[in-house]
Amino acid sequence: MTDLLTPVLSADWDGDRPWTLERYESIGGYQGMRKAFGMLPADVMSLVKESGLRGRGGAGFPTGLKWSLVPQDNPNPKYLVVNADESEPGTCKDMPLMMASPHTLVEGVIISAYAIGANTAFIYCRGEVLHVIRRLQQAVDEVRAAGYVGTDILGSGYDLNIIVHAGAGAYICGEETALLDSLEGRRGQPRLRPPFPAVAGLYASPTVINNVESIASVPSILNNGIAWFQAMGTEKSKGMTLFSLSGHVARPGQFEAPLGVTLRQLLDLSGGVRNGHQLKFFTPGGSSTPILTAEHLDVPLDYEGMAAAGTMLGTKALQVFDETTSVVRTTLRWTEFYKHESCGKCTPCREGFWWLVQLLMRFEAGTAEPGDVDKMLDICENIGGRSFCALADGGVAAIVSAVKYFRDEFEQGYTTPAWELFPYGRSALFATEGDLR
Amino acid sequence: MNGHFESHFPDSGSVDYSDQSSNIDSGTITELRELADRYPQSRSALLPMLHLVQSVDGRVSPRGIEVCADILGITTAQVSGVATFYTMYKRRPAGTHHVGVCTTALCAVMGGDILLERAKAKLGIDEGQTTPCGKVSLERLECNAACDYAPVMMVNWEFFDNMTPGTTDELLEALMNDAEVSSTRGATITSWRAAERVLAGFPDGRADEGPAGGPATLLGLGIARENNWNAPDPGNLPAPAETEEAK
Repeated sequence: MTDLLTPVLSADWDGDRPWTLERYESIGGYQGMRKAFGMLPADVMSLVKESGLRGRGGAGFPTGLKWSLVPQDNPNPKYLVVNADESEPGTCKDMPLMMASPHTLVEGVIISAYAIGANTAFIYCRGEVLHVIRRLQQAVDEVRAAGYVGTDILGSGYDLNIIVHAGAGAYICGEETALLDSLEGRRGQPRLRPPFPAVAGLYASPTVINNVESIASVPSILNNGIAWFQAMGTEKSKGMTLFSLSGHVARPGQFEAPLGVTLRQLLDLSGGVRNGHQLKFFTPGGSSTPILTAEHLDVPLDYEGMAAAGTMLGTKALQVFDETTSVVRTTLRWTEFYKHESCGKCTPCREGFWWLVQLLMRFEAGTAEPGDVDKMLDICENIGGRSFCALADGGVAAIVSAVKYFRDEFEQGYTTPAWELFPYGRSALFATEGDLR
Repeated sequence: MNGHFESHFPDSGSVDYSDQSSNIDSGTITELRELADRYPQSRSALLPMLHLVQSVDGRVSPRGIEVCADILGITTAQVSGVATFYTMYKRRPAGTHHVGVCTTALCAVMGGDILLERAKAKLGIDEGQTTPCGKVSLERLECNAACDYAPVMMVNWEFFDNMTPGTTDELLEALMNDAEVSSTRGATITSWRAAERVLAGFPDGRADEGPAGGPATLLGLGIARENNWNAPDPGNLPAPAETEEAK
């Protein structure tokens, strides 16, 4: 049995200035990189493949397998792009990681780029996080000065440049092909696949795009081996990962645990739902993953457990809402998010979310008409699976799952405003005076 | 109800296109070229270049669009198309300090809606506007990846965690009075323009300011330390759990 919490990525977050190269090396940092340079790139790739590491950005695609799809005989340069655009509502794991310990990511970038044969790597970070970007810039400057990035790194004959790139405010750029368009200096709009980025990605060249946490997990696998990594987690969901607890909990925060831990276990550690209240619903991994309720508290938080419960592990962003919360209100807000963030390329998504917001505003105001729930589900059916990327599917999932568990609450929207059923002030963390809408 | 035919972008009507002012000089152009040279293909620098234009002009100015197009060898329409796609690019001048209040579902429910109303009342402006003195502009934000600190506000893209009506008042008063303000998880607040320069790729030397993380960042790690919970020791791994097949 492994321990309930297994800090690896977060192990030194309480250290003395853990964002500095000096500190990171003092606790064994960049040893994984040295080990990798003593191996053939193909062997590094195999190691990561065999470890069972799966993408931590939402989809759970095996990381090593993604790397192996890069055609090594393609004459174009190969690129590694780190997706640090963390914007999925509820998701707040990559930002603290990069702020506290950017070198964990940078070391992972060097190892991963070496494995796939890339000489240029990008860290595409959302722009709205100034201090995270400062720490990333400084970390890359430090390793450049130390000779871990540049030409003939540590006499290995391997050259690498890392570019820290700030986005400019667009959720859609977390979608990997939209990210590539954005990184090419265009509007961030998803591309039709195939071709997949592994074959024709950035500048139509072979490109690997991985989430921050996936890449940051690589040095620990190099250091400690496959058996160590597989000692954590469940049969098909290996390793440790960051779970982010937020919302109506006594103590929100980051928990690094083996995959397969349950929300009940994490809630027990953090003091449970806020005092005097009960769990109503939660998202397992951001707003694009269908919501769950108290009956799912003991379902293992791993890729298979969540799929069996009809949802997805996603980004492991556990947003907890208590009984004071109007599910109509949260669903409206999430839908407004998808409407705002739709890139406008595909008609079902661009127009559909606009209409869904109109409908949901009527549910919230208590002015919806009998039949509107089915109308809403019908519109959802005409959006999901009919657009280039998963933004549409994610936005629809929030609505469909909310109706699945709380249909009666939507039907109450035929007669009664949500703010009367669930006075909004009660959901806030601070006492409020007067009526809130 | 003719709302169906209104623009999806209600802000788009109030841009002053007659304002051709710009502070872009030869030094700016040198830095813009430097950004273009950092990338394997120069157009990749467009987003950072527009951040730099904002740091110099306080908005994406017509002159800034022309200069970027000229340096990259693309049309002004292509640059405008990009500048209007991303929410961080402002076509109207932002304030000295740009304040954002998150009102995506979780922050909204936890109090973000209340904070936005409070900020509007305190500043006497609506979202999307700047105070007449030019010191503070206000924006409603979508999720800013700090949900464990909800409700969250941002000033010049620095975190202000666990905000309340009281701390919102204090923050806005300090910004309006030019008092020194520090981010909960970040550096001393400079200005929106200075922040935009860092985002463009010109560090300001403040990376060492502020903590590694806040209490929520360190919560799980602290609990693990209290209980002496660790990742497995690679030199002494537990026996693998019996799988179904092995049974």
